[in-house]
Amino acid sequence: MKHLPIALLGTLVLAACSHPASEAPVAAKPAPAASVAKTTSEPTQAKAPPAFTPPAEAEIPAGPLGDEIRRGMAIFTDTPAHAHDYVGNGLSCSNCHLDAGRLANSAPLWGAWGVYPQYRKKNGRVNSFGERLQGCFRYSMNGKAPPLDSDVIVALQTYAWWMAKGAPTGVKLAGAGYPKQGFKPPQPPDYARGAAVYAKDCALCHGADGQGQQVNGRNVFPPLWGPQSFNWGAGMHQLDNAAAFIKANMPLSRGGTLSDQDAWDVAMYMDAHERPQDPRYAGDVAATRAKYHDTPMSLYGTTVNGHLLGSGAAK
Amino acid sequence: MLRILALLALLAPLAAGATDAATSAAKIVKQGNGKGAAPCMACHGVDGGGMEATGYPRLAGLDAAYLQRQLDDFANGARTNPVMQPNAKALSEDERAALAQYYSALPLPAQLAKPAAAKPAAEGERLATRGDWSRALPGCVQCHAPGGVGVGANFPPLAGQPAAYIESQLRAWQQGTRRNDPLALMQHVAKQLTPQEIQAVAGWFAAQPLPARGSTP
Repeated sequence: MKHLPIALLGTLVLAACSHPASEAPVAAKPAPAASVAKTTSEPTQAKAPPAFTPPAEAEIPAGPLGDEIRRGMAIFTDTPAHAHDYVGNGLSCSNCHLDAGRLANSAPLWGAWGVYPQYRKKNGRVNSFGERLQGCFRYSMNGKAPPLDSDVIVALQTYAWWMAKGAPTGVKLAGAGYPKQGFKPPQPPDYARGAAVYAKDCALCHGADGQGQQVNGRNVFPPLWGPQSFNWGAGMHQLDNAAAFIKANMPLSRGGTLSDQDAWDVAMYMDAHERPQDPRYAGDVAATRAKYHDTPMSLYGTTVNGHLLGSGAAK
Repeated sequence: MLRILALLALLAPLAAGATDAATSAAKIVKQGNGKGAAPCMACHGVDGGGMEATGYPRLAGLDAAYLQRQLDDFANGARTNPVMQPNAKALSEDERAALAQYYSALPLPAQLAKPAAAKPAAEGERLATRGDWSRALPGCVQCHAPGGVGVGANFPPLAGQPAAYIESQLRAWQQGTRRNDPLALMQHVAKQLTPQEIQAVAGWFAAQPLPARGSTP
């Protein structure tokens, strides 16, 4: 059986990706969510990435173009209501891209717009921004990709384009993506420590069972795992993405308050739970791991607490 | 016949346990507990609907665990208020629990179940729904649910509460006279708000329609 070697691999690679605290102290800590892009430049870096502040919502123009921008914003902030056919769970884009996609260090839209088209190792080809959005629906929303010329993709693209108005293209801006560069766990992430962090700092909103909290059939706090969460193909299932997002932004309104270790531990705890299957599933878990998740940042296909992750994936 | 009577006699104390609590809660609401706790209805209304003019909050239909924790925290000082603290201290733990259950089970008072007519300030709506992330301020509804209808035992409803009550609580979080919020979330958020923002956001929630009974979480 393949369970044991995979479990060992998981442990080893996790250990391998961490540095002893004495040898390599964390180079760049993510800034708390409150900071605006322009305040986050690192003095040690020779060339700081340029800062950018998106236009205010009040500056959305009147007329048909403004209407399309507002429609994109509506889809972004309440995706199940406005893009129902393409969403397989109850999540909205703004669950992971805070402040309606405007917040620095929360993968803001203005930080993504100018770096597409982009070659992506995930699918081995150059992706347009629209194709990148399709990936969000397929994986993070556990749904299906809207056609590139659909009103959903066009509205979201229009919203992102408007928000990046005036930003340089082809340049990584300060605050783009999640702040994971140089963000390493002092010790290898640990499930039991993560469970304790979760109970103390996360369960209040996301529930002791990780299923979020709903009112009138709608998520107020999103599920973090299980059948109504993102699937095994989503970027947030990777430990470095999750740890950086959590460190910078969680608990909501208290970004930057968790220790680096706590952020990594609780990211591992979240991502060591079962979630919907990777839609690229290649027939068995080991083959799918080898093909798509061959990285220490993915727990897919590894065994945690005696369970082979990905093997009991909710549909 | 005798067997039935015997059975009833056996069951009676079990049934009485639950009804006793309800009866005693209803009695405290109307008359006080005779040991220093005033009748609740004097301020919170006969139907638990609160009083808008004086800023006494609605209790009817709120989450029982939330209500009980507030009473407990008034008693232990984590939430301060010159009227409520002596009353909560004069209640036994059982009486506080019974009152929380009593109010939680009350229907939404009819006169509150309608949209308010006032047009609230745009600034209040912006803060309530979008927040201000340049200050790490989420929109209030991100935790208190769309429309401010509340979520579970930790995020109480704000919709339809008296504006004066919401304002006084935001000031209490600011000043630290109320500090029974999990993870200090409200103390942190409230400290960012200006007096004008507190007034605007309280006005917006006070003007939100209350959902019909049964659709509250």
